[in-house]
Amino acid sequence: MTTELLNPSRRGFLQTAAVAGVGLVVGFHWSVKSTKALAATTGGQPLSMAFVRIAPNNTVTVIAKHLEMGQGIYTGLATILAEELDADWTQVKTEAAPADSALYGNHAFGGTVQGTGGSTAISNSFDELRQAGATAKAMLVAAAAQRWSVPVAEITVAKGVVTHAASKRHSSFGDLAEEAAKQTPPKTVTLKDPKDYTLIGTRLSRVDTADKTNGKAIFTIDIKQPGQLTALLKRPDRFGGKVKSFDATAAEAIPGVRHVVAVPQGVAVVADNFWAAKKGRDVLNVTWDDSTAEKRGTAELLKEYTALANTQGFPARTDGDAIAALSKSKNIIERSFEFPYLAHAPMEPMDCVVQITKSGCEIWTGDQFQTADQGNIMRLLGLPQDQVKINTLYAGGSFGRRANMNSDFIMEAVEITRAVGGEQPVKLMWTREDDIKGGYYRPMYVHKLSATLDKNGMPAAWRHRVVGQPIMIKPTDKGVDRGMMEGSTSLAYDIPNLAVEQHMTTVGVPVLWWRSVGHTHNAYSTEVFMDDLAAAAGRDPVDYRRALLQKQPRLLAVLNLVAEKAEWGKPLPKGRGRGVAVHEAFKSFAAQVAEVTVAEDGSVTVDRVVCVIDCGLPINPDVIKAQVEGSV
Amino acid sequence: MISFTVNGQDHRFEGDGDTPLLWVIRDSVGLTGTKFGCGAALCGACTVHVDGQPTRACVTPIESIEGQTVTTIEGVAGPVATAVQKAWNDLEVVQCGYCQSGQIMSAIALLSETPKPNDEDINAGMSGNICRCATYVRIRAAIHRASETLEG
Repeated sequence: MTTELLNPSRRGFLQTAAVAGVGLVVGFHWSVKSTKALAATTGGQPLSMAFVRIAPNNTVTVIAKHLEMGQGIYTGLATILAEELDADWTQVKTEAAPADSALYGNHAFGGTVQGTGGSTAISNSFDELRQAGATAKAMLVAAAAQRWSVPVAEITVAKGVVTHAASKRHSSFGDLAEEAAKQTPPKTVTLKDPKDYTLIGTRLSRVDTADKTNGKAIFTIDIKQPGQLTALLKRPDRFGGKVKSFDATAAEAIPGVRHVVAVPQGVAVVADNFWAAKKGRDVLNVTWDDSTAEKRGTAELLKEYTALANTQGFPARTDGDAIAALSKSKNIIERSFEFPYLAHAPMEPMDCVVQITKSGCEIWTGDQFQTADQGNIMRLLGLPQDQVKINTLYAGGSFGRRANMNSDFIMEAVEITRAVGGEQPVKLMWTREDDIKGGYYRPMYVHKLSATLDKNGMPAAWRHRVVGQPIMIKPTDKGVDRGMMEGSTSLAYDIPNLAVEQHMTTVGVPVLWWRSVGHTHNAYSTEVFMDDLAAAAGRDPVDYRRALLQKQPRLLAVLNLVAEKAEWGKPLPKGRGRGVAVHEAFKSFAAQVAEVTVAEDGSVTVDRVVCVIDCGLPINPDVIKAQVEGSV
Repeated sequence: MISFTVNGQDHRFEGDGDTPLLWVIRDSVGLTGTKFGCGAALCGACTVHVDGQPTRACVTPIESIEGQTVTTIEGVAGPVATAVQKAWNDLEVVQCGYCQSGQIMSAIALLSETPKPNDEDINAGMSGNICRCATYVRIRAAIHRASETLEG
């Protein structure tokens, strides 16, 4: 297949440059803003907007625009590019891209924000990285053809070696890198037929395994700049509280404490090291103004939510007339669910290093929304984009927590650094207690599902009400919040009358997307309720779902395969049973069967879980398997 | 002043005796492979060896290790450590990786005490180490793999 590279309406243009000592650099520009970025990087300076760099020492460095937070994306991105480049996997390294939405915008987010989330990293990178790899390869081949005075067509590339078989000449990528950089980039490149893939679809070792096994991998917490201070922030006990006054005397008496400063988010203790900052914060006295703080507790919210669940909500999806069908039915099946607030609790508590100097602001963090964070810093400090530098590090987990359009912990770190003054770098650290108490949770939700069956036992009407805080829109907005409703509005079962209703609540507890977002609670409630309906109909839960998924081939396929692999229907010992669930989220289709033993004392043991997933083309099946293992 | 060794090097600490070993390792000695996860001995990310015993550095006051020998992930050596790290690599255990230094330190300690652990031994030896990515399936497999390697 051939892909047109120079499509100004979509692709922008291709840029390559030769840089002494750097070798071949290839990058693509996807939006009009890149013109400016390009101008800043011509004239022999190293390019920063490239997807790949080939150095004379024969390393191939793939520039990753997405955050590696455990999901294996550095490995996946490098695999895609290395496939088209025909690199040897052992020569491939990855490096985090700088923040630049023009170059590294996520196409699934409209291309305007550089960020990672929503299971988009592989799919939105697939085309651009294949093209980058193929272009780099073409330029290496052109360089070899020129050096050896042979036709391009006679040159082959495999495992990082460029070969002219007829004359028995060959060369490494590194050896050709500087000459390759002087070649005119091709206007079109031919991408491989997937049947010729040698890396994609194979079990390559993760690029980060070795360093994460010997303690060398660097996370934000490990950054130590000269003169760096460590800050801990005392936050209000109630969400929305403000500092009324504080007494820094005791904190300032702790050896190593350098500054006690008020910022909009609380009062920071800034010290030579973590332990001094911690001891200082422990004795810091702050009086809070709670006049605008959220004062309701879980019990009160639950009461309000439950009352709302009994009333008609905003129609998020309407098929047929479920309300009429339910009002006519004498036999309604109902179930309610309560889901608590959940902290993301990644192993690495939130942290960010900031340095503000005359030339701008530089931060180091496991950054999941690079250009959103960059924009928030630009607005706060009144700086242009090129004076806000983001260094993206490995994140010790995230599960959505580090992707925040408010840049909460990053803004705290910048505010504290500014309040301290001077040019010393400051590392803000959250403790585990801060992490659990500090907000940005998966929201609390109440669901109420109601259904009625037809004479054959199949669902004739289904109503699903979801009550809770929205994630992606404001509670006062009109419309459907995908973050709370996805998985309920996308119900795949063939039911003639369907009413999915939304009640958005206004609560002062900060909330955020949490691993798989709306699907976490909507897949649970809809699948448990589907079991209720199958039981009411006296039908097998797998057969019942099959009957309702006849128009959903991919869901049906994973359901059938999981039933087969789990030996659905095979008798089990007393006390042991099986449950099934099937769901589509973020364009992946998954089904699971769990074998569970309930002991006489009521305790539950999960004996076995079989999961089948169809996530499209598998770049690295072992990484996908690891994600599934971790999610069961 | 408190004297101890870290990975075979002599160190002296002159700060407060209640400073946790974790922060001495990270902020004074300057080794960052040992991680902070909870500060309350609940997650195991800070696990090091003190005189060979797996120890939660985040709740171990530095004054309690006077004269003792501390080994961190950067200093592990010997056949057990080699077998464990190789198994971790071969089975691609890590995801985010933040807890893995602690996991590996606990696994080395487990296999040093119990060369042929069964699943219950592994549960008992590793139950103090949390992995939020839930790499537990592979951790268990890697410990079995390392045990087999050591058996020859």
